[in-house]
Amino acid sequence: MTQKVLALASPGGHFVQLTRLLPAFDGADLVVASTHPDYASAAPSARFALIPDATRWDKLALVRCAWRILRLLLRERPDVVISTGAAPGYFALRMGKWVGARTIWVDSIANVEELSLSGAKVGKFADLWLTQWEHLAAPGGPGYAGSVLS
Amino acid sequence: MIFVTVGTQIPFDRLIGAVDSWAASVGRDDVFAQVGEGAKPTRHIRSVPSLAPGDFGSRFAKADAIVGHAGMGTILGALQHGKPLIVMPRRASLGEHRNEHQLATARRFRERGLVHVAMDEEELAVLLARIDSLECLGRIGDRASEELLSTLRKFTFEG
Repeated sequence: MTQKVLALASPGGHFVQLTRLLPAFDGADLVVASTHPDYASAAPSARFALIPDATRWDKLALVRCAWRILRLLLRERPDVVISTGAAPGYFALRMGKWVGARTIWVDSIANVEELSLSGAKVGKFADLWLTQWEHLAAPGGPGYAGSVLS
Repeated sequence: MIFVTVGTQIPFDRLIGAVDSWAASVGRDDVFAQVGEGAKPTRHIRSVPSLAPGDFGSRFAKADAIVGHAGMGTILGALQHGKPLIVMPRRASLGEHRNEHQLATARRFRERGLVHVAMDEEELAVLLARIDSLECLGRIGDRASEELLSTLRKFTFEG
């Protein structure tokens, strides 16, 4: 059966990193979501969904963002949800579990000394929880399996 | 063309000011900067507050060299396009970011020999003086490592 994958990230570096992971989902029904319509061109063969941006410093935007992601999850019913961050990615994984998805978090390679705040909090909702730095991997997670650098 | 970028979030006036002064002092007219919303106006170089994601891509592609903050969008963008890159990390202690992670990022990428790193304006001046002869230190492909991709593939398709 075709796997449906929702790949979602904040703009800028988070999205650039997500783009570099998308070849793993060749053969899946892929939906890419981010905050600017230009990002649709990063994955021309995927469907694209626009979500509002939010950071943890703007509570109203967070609520709006979470709501739109919930609606997206209910509409798409993905089998797998993957994110590189930040706050919108946390919502997508946490609420992704509500719709039965298996979830992947790849913490941003920018987090060299410790996991991102979202990345640390999302651990218990991530079925595959990865850091991109070997020295941040720990027995109870997160794991390490390479990075977005090639 | 030298493309200067501070990423999608907040301004980084210390970087832009240093590049602006350098460009004025040596009479460089081929510098274009993306400076963030609410940045201090530049005197010599052309600048815009923000760029759409697609425009970032075309600026990276057209640039001869890139100068930026130590953000991953900037670093990956420059390496993907095979362009020489100078980064200067934002300092949370100077109100330029919310934490000091760019310092750590800059150090790690310098250790790996992937980017030219200026820890402050003095080091930046030294690198800018020879920007036309700087090389791209580490071109990367357009996708993550095969180890990471195969891990994601297995998880997705084999459960």
